[in-house]
Amino acid sequence: MKIIVCIKQVPNTNVIKINPETGTLIRDGVPSIMNPDDKGGLEMALRLKDQLGAHVTVITMGPPQADAICREAYAMGADRAIILSDRRFAGADTLATSYALAGALKTLDYDLIICGRQAIDGDTAQVPVSLAQHLDLPQVTYVTDLSVNGKLCTVTKETEEGHQILEVEAPCVLTVLATANQPRYMSVKGIMEAFDREVEVWNADQIDVDQSRLGLSGSPTRVKKSFTKPQKTPGQLYEVDAEEAVELIVSKLKEKFII
Amino acid sequence: MDFSLNKREELFLQMIREFAENEVKPLAAEVDEQERFPMETVEKMAKIGIMGIPIPVEYGGQGGTNQMYIMAVEELSRVCATTGVIVSAHTSLCMNPILEFGTEEQKQKYLPKLASGEWIGAFGLTEPNAGTDAAMQQTTAVLDGEEWVLNGSKIFITNAGYAHVYVIMAMTDKSKGTKGISAFIVEKDTPGFSIGKKEKKLGIRGSATCELIFENCRIPKANLLGELGKGFKIAMMTLDGGRIGIASQALGIAQGAMDVTVKYTKERKQFGKAIAAFQNTQFQMANLETRVQAARLLVRQAAYKKDMHLPYSVDAAMAKLFAAETAMEVTTKCLQFHGGYGYTREYEIERMMRDAKITEIYEGTSEVQRMVIAGKLFK
Repeated sequence: MKIIVCIKQVPNTNVIKINPETGTLIRDGVPSIMNPDDKGGLEMALRLKDQLGAHVTVITMGPPQADAICREAYAMGADRAIILSDRRFAGADTLATSYALAGALKTLDYDLIICGRQAIDGDTAQVPVSLAQHLDLPQVTYVTDLSVNGKLCTVTKETEEGHQILEVEAPCVLTVLATANQPRYMSVKGIMEAFDREVEVWNADQIDVDQSRLGLSGSPTRVKKSFTKPQKTPGQLYEVDAEEAVELIVSKLKEKFII
Repeated sequence: MDFSLNKREELFLQMIREFAENEVKPLAAEVDEQERFPMETVEKMAKIGIMGIPIPVEYGGQGGTNQMYIMAVEELSRVCATTGVIVSAHTSLCMNPILEFGTEEQKQKYLPKLASGEWIGAFGLTEPNAGTDAAMQQTTAVLDGEEWVLNGSKIFITNAGYAHVYVIMAMTDKSKGTKGISAFIVEKDTPGFSIGKKEKKLGIRGSATCELIFENCRIPKANLLGELGKGFKIAMMTLDGGRIGIASQALGIAQGAMDVTVKYTKERKQFGKAIAAFQNTQFQMANLETRVQAARLLVRQAAYKKDMHLPYSVDAAMAKLFAAETAMEVTTKCLQFHGGYGYTREYEIERMMRDAKITEIYEGTSEVQRMVIAGKLFK
């Protein structure tokens, strides 16, 4: 079984700060990470590798610095890593990005394509579904669990009301939530070996595409206005009765020296 | 010397920080309070390779550097000093002497299981009457046919009871003084070998610290580690390496104290403003931060020299002396910034202060480190 996992390097928005004067993100010094939903997808693929001996390829489109998340994927257990990196890809919106990725995937063998639901920097969730359209493959979004039996994939899809259990035949595209699993840690051995392995860097000539549909020229999206949403620290959810809730709130306020 | 991290070390640091934050930190208060050895953490560390970082791949290790190993001890100790010393004693005091002085058979027999974390390692030098004066060994080993017979006891042994393999010093020829001391490998469950009293300690309370008792304990002749009569030298060289580990533990404790104190002083308000806004806080914290970074450079320098196979004994002594005294100063002053709250077990800083003290004592007291440094200085 061959699995391709699409991953993206994103700024760690948990530590990102906003310039109060301009209202824009301060990206300087912000560490880059593997997008959390993508990491959940990679873990799902690696579990199939553990169970069925699947071969796992990660692919990303981005600048050469995306090498870092490819090494991380190697250290977690991926078998092959490819970066689509070329100035001709620059300025791509979700349509051009998914088109380029589809062009690369057409040159590869696969049974299953796993993507993260959405990236924490853009939050569009459009690339995986567009990718499925370009490749004319069935897709299931918001997947939290997967089991594979031959060509038949049984997936749990999260919905607003609860979840659905669906069957879909491979090859197909699945988009996975970060909450689907607890991704494994990189192993020390994996880290030692990760830098002795090759991360393939592909340019636009190496993929199956019409080059006029790449990058800015292939991107119909125009940004009219951008604004930052007010900064919010992550909340915590407690399911307790009223009495306990009062105690909890009082202790939290005391902890912060508010009361 | 360039102490900036290479890409591999950066990735390693990312992994070990995530692991420490998610798996080790949540248990730190509990293992301290309950004086409980965190076996589940050891199993998790074993799974990803933390129990065998600087051991070569051919002996089942990860083939990493000492620099990576000390980064791991620092990051673990930053959130839980107990976990830091478990890894340090296992790696520096047990696997390291077997790797350095063991025969090929001994290495093949013990290192793969130790490096994989299936077995834990320990080291026994200290005795009731042989502390800093380690040459006063009263445990004896007598050759009887094809076996060594050990009698005596060791105290304050880290990982005791949980360890499978113990590197033990014993007197094989009293007339030769330090040259009559030899090193041995003793496995748990060997008849005549038992674990005695478990110490109740001020700090690192999750770490198991016990007495080892040898009563006509017979081990195979082949379990002599290194040459006969070279045990004292082996112990001293082992402790040189161990000191880098303990220096890293001290560094991690100090860094952990800085982390929680920066956060606390920004939140705690008195006289209408955060106490971090007072110049007294800022100046004192600036001094402490500078000390911590100086300690880190000394620790990295010692590890670098060990990786390069350069003499590092004095560097290790300086690193441990400075890092341990830094940990004590930083935790004491950081507790002061916490005021009354810092004295309670609601906050981590009191545990960090209790944990810091041992780094000035074990694997050579600060006084011993000064002896080592002065010995070189006035040679």
